[in-house]
Amino acid sequence: MIGPSSSHTAGAARIGRVARDLFGRQPKWAKIHLYGSFAETYKGHSTDVAIVGGLLDYDTFDERIKTSFEEAEKLGMAFEFIPETASVEHPNTARIVIGDERSEMSLMGISIGGGKIEITELNGFPLRLSGNHPAILVVHDDRSGCIANVANCLYKYDINIGHMEVSRKEKGDMALMVIEVDQNVDKEVLDELTELPNITQVTRIAD
Amino acid sequence: MEPLFRNVKELVARAEQENKLISEIMIEQEMLVTDRPREDIMKQMDRNLTVMEEAVEKGLKGVHSVSGLTGGDAVLLQAYMEKGNTLSGNLLLDAVSKAVATNEVNAAMGTICATPTAGSAGVVPGTLFAVKNQLNPTREQMIRYLFTSGAFGFVVANNASISGAEGGCQAEVGSAAGMAAAAIVEMAGGTPQQSSEAFAITLKNMLGLVCDPVAGLVEVPCVKRNAMGAANSVVAADMALAGVTSRIPCDEVISAMYEIGKSMPSALRETAKGGLAATPTGKWLEAKIFGGSVVGSGQ
Repeated sequence: MIGPSSSHTAGAARIGRVARDLFGRQPKWAKIHLYGSFAETYKGHSTDVAIVGGLLDYDTFDERIKTSFEEAEKLGMAFEFIPETASVEHPNTARIVIGDERSEMSLMGISIGGGKIEITELNGFPLRLSGNHPAILVVHDDRSGCIANVANCLYKYDINIGHMEVSRKEKGDMALMVIEVDQNVDKEVLDELTELPNITQVTRIAD
Repeated sequence: MEPLFRNVKELVARAEQENKLISEIMIEQEMLVTDRPREDIMKQMDRNLTVMEEAVEKGLKGVHSVSGLTGGDAVLLQAYMEKGNTLSGNLLLDAVSKAVATNEVNAAMGTICATPTAGSAGVVPGTLFAVKNQLNPTREQMIRYLFTSGAFGFVVANNASISGAEGGCQAEVGSAAGMAAAAIVEMAGGTPQQSSEAFAITLKNMLGLVCDPVAGLVEVPCVKRNAMGAANSVVAADMALAGVTSRIPCDEVISAMYEIGKSMPSALRETAKGGLAATPTGKWLEAKIFGGSVVGSGQ
């Protein structure tokens, strides 16, 4: 990885890259809120250039991280860093809000050391996603049968589920399935999942 | 999936029962958890070793960080060693200089391998490339050194923390130094139990170490803490190989480190608000590098 900090540089880049992955395309703008140690040391630890690098889809060993601000400007991505004073559960926390003319997305991630991260919130849904495995995220209406349909579809393609979480904002309202799987999922599968009843959106994180 | 070991006690017990090296247990665990063949896992670690070699090489030629706070010390140390009348001995200083080299490269945003973190990336390779000249290991033994370190790092990361923001520098350089000490013991022909003793002795002597980076940079005091972490681990490895044991078992030392980290005020956990970062000179350097006023320094 590129230094100087595995949690504040490499981990930060990973959080940015997962956000980009979930958004599915290059965002046009990004508002990055930093909490705890991230807020205090982001300049010295190059957390800022790392997150922007992640949003540009750079890996943790990509030398372009160092010049990510210039690269972002070239690609027309505006960004802003907002150090927050609110206390959070984990000292290395970032909330990334990204978007373009079509939609926007909010994601909260923590960097737990050695470059490992966890995504703890997506668009207001609490979740726990390591980013270590390929994953599928399914936004759906909170109706019976949704989970069974999705699981059946994955079974059909012989995709094994390693970890799964389901959450909803309110009963009968919008819900989110987070499914960590053992292998990368083809677009064909995503398309089929999208066609299922009561499914709003399907996104994936590749390995 | 159930790992082959969850703590150091189980790791050592398994190694002893099966009459295997700690590195072997770690390789088997990786094969089990990731469901990949041995060859893949060895190749991946070989690549890590190459990254470490290149970082040391680069640092020994002399690098400087953008802030200008660190760089060039690895070169100074190597030149001093060449004069041939060092007090602490060439192996120890070689380890120190190569740890410094790695962290100088890290501070300059170069490519390194996190062991277990980027800020503590110097200790494991620094000691490896120093003891290498004395023990003449094969390439495979050098790769195994990293697996032995990794086995102990795995235990710390899963039972405590390796993050400075959570546990202070003791969680980063303290863990790195313990990992290195355990690996030196295995490479020198010590037993799995002696690796465990070496880890415990090292970490015990780094308990309480805070994370207080000047200007929030991973430079002062991080580079020199890696230097002393490396020295600490070489000496602890020698102590364990001599038969010295730790009265407090390794896993309990790791728990103590975690508890101490949790009770550390946040000013001393990677926020650049306390310790050396809050000294008049630390504040002055911060203002010089990032601009801003130094009024109210040492808050």
